[in-house]
Amino acid sequence: MSCCAAGTESAPELDALRSALPVADELALASRSIGDGLRQCDLIVPDVHCGACIALLERELPKIDGIERARVNLSTRRIAVVAKGEGAAAGKTVARAVERMQALGYASHLPGPEDEKGDPVLRDLLRSLAVAGFASMNVMLLSVSVWSGAEDATRDLFHLISALIAGPAILYAGRVFYRSAWQAVSHGRANMDVPITLGVLLAYAISMFETFSHGAHAYFDASLTLLFFLLAGRTLDHMMREKARSAVRNLANLSPRGAMVIGENGAHDYLSLDEIEPGMKIGLAAGERTPVDGVVCEGAGDMDFSLVSGESDPVRVATGSEVPAGTLNLTGSLVIRASRAARDSFLAEMVSMMEAAESGRAGYRRIADRASSIYAPVVHALAFLTFIGWIATTGDWRQATLIAVSVLIITCPCALGLAVPVVQVIAAGRLFENGIMVKDGSAMERLAEADYAVFDKTGTLTSGKPALVNRDEISSDNLALAARIARHSRHPLSKALAASSDGAGNKGPELSVTEIAGEGLEALAEDGTVYRLGRASFAVARDAETDDAGSEVVLSENGIELATFRFADSVRPGAAAALSALGERNIFSEVLSGDRERAVAHLAAQLGLSRWLSRARPADKVARLETLRSEGHKVLMVGDGLNDAPALSAAHVSMAPASAADVGRQAADFVFLHDSLEAVPVALSISRRANRLIRQNFALAIVYNLIAVPLAVLGHASPLVAAVAMSSSSIIVVLNSMRLKWGHADTKLTSPGSEGGKRSGIAPDFATRHAAA
Amino acid sequence: MTNLLILIPVALFLGLLGLGAFLWSLKSGQYDDLEGAAWRMLDDGEDKPAEDRDHGVPRD
Repeated sequence: MSCCAAGTESAPELDALRSALPVADELALASRSIGDGLRQCDLIVPDVHCGACIALLERELPKIDGIERARVNLSTRRIAVVAKGEGAAAGKTVARAVERMQALGYASHLPGPEDEKGDPVLRDLLRSLAVAGFASMNVMLLSVSVWSGAEDATRDLFHLISALIAGPAILYAGRVFYRSAWQAVSHGRANMDVPITLGVLLAYAISMFETFSHGAHAYFDASLTLLFFLLAGRTLDHMMREKARSAVRNLANLSPRGAMVIGENGAHDYLSLDEIEPGMKIGLAAGERTPVDGVVCEGAGDMDFSLVSGESDPVRVATGSEVPAGTLNLTGSLVIRASRAARDSFLAEMVSMMEAAESGRAGYRRIADRASSIYAPVVHALAFLTFIGWIATTGDWRQATLIAVSVLIITCPCALGLAVPVVQVIAAGRLFENGIMVKDGSAMERLAEADYAVFDKTGTLTSGKPALVNRDEISSDNLALAARIARHSRHPLSKALAASSDGAGNKGPELSVTEIAGEGLEALAEDGTVYRLGRASFAVARDAETDDAGSEVVLSENGIELATFRFADSVRPGAAAALSALGERNIFSEVLSGDRERAVAHLAAQLGLSRWLSRARPADKVARLETLRSEGHKVLMVGDGLNDAPALSAAHVSMAPASAADVGRQAADFVFLHDSLEAVPVALSISRRANRLIRQNFALAIVYNLIAVPLAVLGHASPLVAAVAMSSSSIIVVLNSMRLKWGHADTKLTSPGSEGGKRSGIAPDFATRHAAA
Repeated sequence: MTNLLILIPVALFLGLLGLGAFLWSLKSGQYDDLEGAAWRMLDDGEDKPAEDRDHGVPRD
């Protein structure tokens, strides 16, 4: 501890750390060289939303000395800033750009380290789709000529050209399906891609044979249109997931990328998380999150532990206090000594616990996979029986093969392949309108099955922000005075106090306010009166360390108490409505919280929940979910903290608010951006409707097969019949899926945020932005 | 038969042209920011694609 002398709180190294924006060193670390002595840094700018924003930023930023250019991508809400120079110099230039953007009204932050650029899978799918589209159109053109009566030599020529176009196209465009089918077969499973692959490849092979033996029937067009429709489904599915993922990634990154390390000789170095070793001293300014587990060795202040422990009240820390990674420093500047490296810290512990708990949904099989595990064997048996039957009756093996293949083609699950993705893409669009992001289609299928809901308390059922509860007991003068003083602090209780005054008390004597970290605020009036606002021991020198100490603020005048303000976490809007909506659907809800017993019991009573568990550690939460699962429940977990992350992965399906910890957001299947908890029943309604439509689509596909298969078995499935039947069934399925777009009352948020915090962190008010423009 | 020999290659050529144009536009990043492109069209200022504009700006 020799290097960590206590009581040097006002040392210059602490004052240098007051900043909430990404610092130059962090930016330098995140930027990459693009040659010519230039470095590019990608930043997320959530508030960019129209052409004026693009024009403004792209015009203003290059005016900064050293900024070469800036390019906004509106779809991903990113800006690529290119600066001259290398390393730290470029970082400083980009930092100036960040400050300029802040001044223009655009907050920006760095994307997470796992965030890569571009989406190679989507490009690959689009390329395959383009090739399949080109080939199927041209082959269809030739096929129509054949169907309308092209004669022998011409027909053979057309077949030959079709074969030349279709061959490479089928090989190229179908790779996705062949690969997935091979993986399934080599693991002894059957998925939807197995009959697709078999159908397409066999159809091509038999058509080649027909072409060279001058036969009348070739199925080149059928196999290509099949690939085209299926690729369209795949591409839509992929785009939906990518959109949700990037929206979730664009939320503010709560875990820092690195930290300011203070060396032996007082030098400040910004090091990335991996380079931080136990024993290093780290400077932590107010408003920053702890990068690694550590012990406070200089300074004192209040810290927000809610993401870690689930406790809503700020915790006072001083020299010697342990601070786990992920806690937020609220007031004073601190110097902490890292006690564990990032890979061993609390965060990493949660991640490994999540991996252990992942089995929660590993056992789930997608509806499409379940359907195809029945469908594929039936189809293949049917084709085989047709072949045997025709051999037995006619003895003509060539005709028997042709008819057997035509059965495979006509039963090829074109409609089945579209039945699921189209519905889920439309459902994801509806969820998106309501500010709910869904990670993938299987999440919706699992949510539709949920029959039990488990909620976290702090930050989920409550808004995680304290609100004044004893307003009636306090005179309006005192409230106004306290609010004026409180405006000078970013402590959550101060913010709540400042917000609870309606601004009437802006008059009054001039006050000079200073913040004493970990204690409160001191205001000095011109006539010498000293007002103090803070914990009781500070304001009136009364020692009242009760259970409520963290949620109580005292205002005093020259050491005499004027008023005591009590705070409690406010219930999240829509919580009661959401719980009663779940109750109506026979979904039982319970609360699982890491907070104190009294606070949990009070909230449970307020919301009419009979079952609750308090002081639950992350492992207890997972254990509770395991118990519920063994009782046969399909559990929906809604939570936000780091301590909920293992439970979120252990649950059958999970949701998290946008304010959740990074790990929580990544673990959750759904992330809702609006404040209202009504997102939960809305997501449930949409998922259930989507599931019903998927089942209807399967029924439609079966009806189609009941009509088409007998025709094929009897040998009437000419290429023309196959083309018409397949296209029409696909169109019917897509049209049926569109019904999800009809507005149903239960698939919309009733009051999508009348307050300002409508979409937390995503869309702030227009005025500031355009005033700047 | 002769008109077929002319028309089929022409049809295929035009089709390939379309395919090539799509693949080129995909490669040159024209689908990276669809929403942004919709707004940029309304901007009266500089309207060259980013790469061209870079060459136009003198580096100092």
